[in-house]
Amino acid sequence: MTPSKATPLLEARELSKRYMVGKTFMPGSGRAVHAVDKVSLSVWAGETVGLVGESGSGKSTLGRCLTRLYDISGGQLLYEGEDISEATARELLPIRRKMQMIFQDPSASLNPRRRVRDMLAEPLAVHKIRPRNEIGDRLAELMGLVGLPVEYLDRYPHEFSGGQRQRIGIARALAMEPQLIVADEPVSALDVSVQAQVVNLFADLRERLNLTYVFIAHDLGVVRQVSTRVVVMYLGTIVEMGETESLFAAPAHPYTRALLSAIPRLSASGERIVLEGDLPSPLDPPKGCVFSTRCPLATDLCRNERPKLTAGANGRSVACHTPLAS
Amino acid sequence: MTDATSPSETPAAAGTATGRPQSPFRRAMVKLWYDRAAMIAASVLVAIVITCLLAPVYAKYVSGTDPFRSSLSAKIMIDGKRVPVMAPSTEGLGLGVTPIGPTFGAKYMLGADTQGRDVAARLLYGGRNSLLIAGAATLVCLFFATLIGVTSGFFGGATDVVLSRFLDVLWAFPVYLLAISLSIILIAQGLTIGPFTIESGSLLLPIGIIGVIYVPYVARPVRGQVIALKRSEFVLASIGLGIPRWRILFFDILPNVTTTLIVFVPLMMALNIVTESALSFLSIGVQPPDASWGTIIQEGQGLLYNRPMVSVAPGIAIVITVLALNILGDGVRDAFDPRSKLRPR
Repeated sequence: MTPSKATPLLEARELSKRYMVGKTFMPGSGRAVHAVDKVSLSVWAGETVGLVGESGSGKSTLGRCLTRLYDISGGQLLYEGEDISEATARELLPIRRKMQMIFQDPSASLNPRRRVRDMLAEPLAVHKIRPRNEIGDRLAELMGLVGLPVEYLDRYPHEFSGGQRQRIGIARALAMEPQLIVADEPVSALDVSVQAQVVNLFADLRERLNLTYVFIAHDLGVVRQVSTRVVVMYLGTIVEMGETESLFAAPAHPYTRALLSAIPRLSASGERIVLEGDLPSPLDPPKGCVFSTRCPLATDLCRNERPKLTAGANGRSVACHTPLAS
Repeated sequence: MTDATSPSETPAAAGTATGRPQSPFRRAMVKLWYDRAAMIAASVLVAIVITCLLAPVYAKYVSGTDPFRSSLSAKIMIDGKRVPVMAPSTEGLGLGVTPIGPTFGAKYMLGADTQGRDVAARLLYGGRNSLLIAGAATLVCLFFATLIGVTSGFFGGATDVVLSRFLDVLWAFPVYLLAISLSIILIAQGLTIGPFTIESGSLLLPIGIIGVIYVPYVARPVRGQVIALKRSEFVLASIGLGIPRWRILFFDILPNVTTTLIVFVPLMMALNIVTESALSFLSIGVQPPDASWGTIIQEGQGLLYNRPMVSVAPGIAIVITVLALNILGDGVRDAFDPRSKLRPR
């Protein structure tokens, strides 16, 4: 994907999110959990960045930091070059119109006591995106975009199926006419048959509305289908990123290789690499490389010194002392 | 491909015959309507309320007595004989008088109390006060509990700390101890707030006292629910849409708290009726000559051996009312609390 401008749409510079646990009234008590640890990432207009990683890798937290739903604890976040890491709710309003979020569980992300109409009309009215007399037309348009009949506007969330609810979640995000959508596992709560429809809807909307996506998922098949670029996260850090096809064809980080080998295939070719143990606790991360406790190729260097994410050829970046040869 | 509805995506509520959208509230009401036990309980309650509201009609046209004035020398006709309401006692030393027992006729249906007043009429007037106090106290309680719980949960921080500690202090007192202490002070002196004075006999005092003592019991769960809602994804979604905080409070949080409040209404009502009776029994609730079920039980104490009906009748009234409220409360909880789906039917 060719960047359309010199500045990325969204840029994270060493972005961190820490939580304090076990904190009491005593100063100095409690320990910090690094849910997201110094992540640097650029999202260029027009591309779809797939963010993958297992549960607990910090990908959802990163998504919520990127949209500033969570306050960030360190580093910088820039939207079109403007630093929004410390922006107040009021200062964020213009950014919120450009950057929207879609949630994983559509039954939790829709208020059960409001009609679809009220949910979709609220942002239009609050931000005066449309004059009052045009709101009705816009609502019909939005329902059309996500492929739902206009009559459904008067229903409540419980009257829909999971796939329909997610379409409403998408319509609500589109109401703001955003440039960038951060979708946090938007299909993982849906039936497989419905997943494909919603994934297709995402692809369709990208073409029609010129959207840029950050697509968070743990389903690698879905990520491969929608993304132009893939970012692999492990324990709150980025271990590898690169163009989708080249990354899937030749993973450079041992973790990426293990992750890809876990995709079920029909052919018997390719051995499945089974990782030993669990994700280490982010309370007590490994001293060296975050993956060193489970890496089959770990050396003493890996266990003692954390590798930096370094850019290589064709936009590939890897954080590994001994990257796999392609 | 944006095909609207594949077979797997038909509306979940296709069963709604009318096709009209059903709000969660409507759906809960329908569920309650089909709950037989709850509806029987509700009918009993409606009957009790209507009967009690008709107290003046009963006193004037059926019993024909003034339930607030003693009538020690009255005589009534039973089986063609004139019988004194207060008969000289023939038992023991023959001192004092014994009020007439239940006649099961129009007059003195349930007998007379120590002052020759019609117990049946007083029971109805007493019920009016008991229900009024319990109902009003429930509203007072829910109002303050919502105010404190929502403020505390929504704003968090120092506000939360101050309000939560205040609730803790209130919670630390045993309920009856707190109620009794407040009542003794307020009912003896009345209450003066600025230009307003509440006299010591006013029903506002027991309403206020009973309403306040249970505030922590409702405010705590409300606060917890607000905190849970604040972290819910739909509130995050609203934040992401740049919706102002006050709109989030009024459109996302409050409508979802009302469910909890509705569930609390019958349960608090039952609790309040018992509390009111207890306070009135201890002479620190409703003040004579006014009646409530509690005061009638207390007045009947001395007659317990000869004329037990004076105390038993209001006792039965309390039991039936509280039982009905609790059964209705169970039904309301099952209908309104979504978690009830997890329970066996």
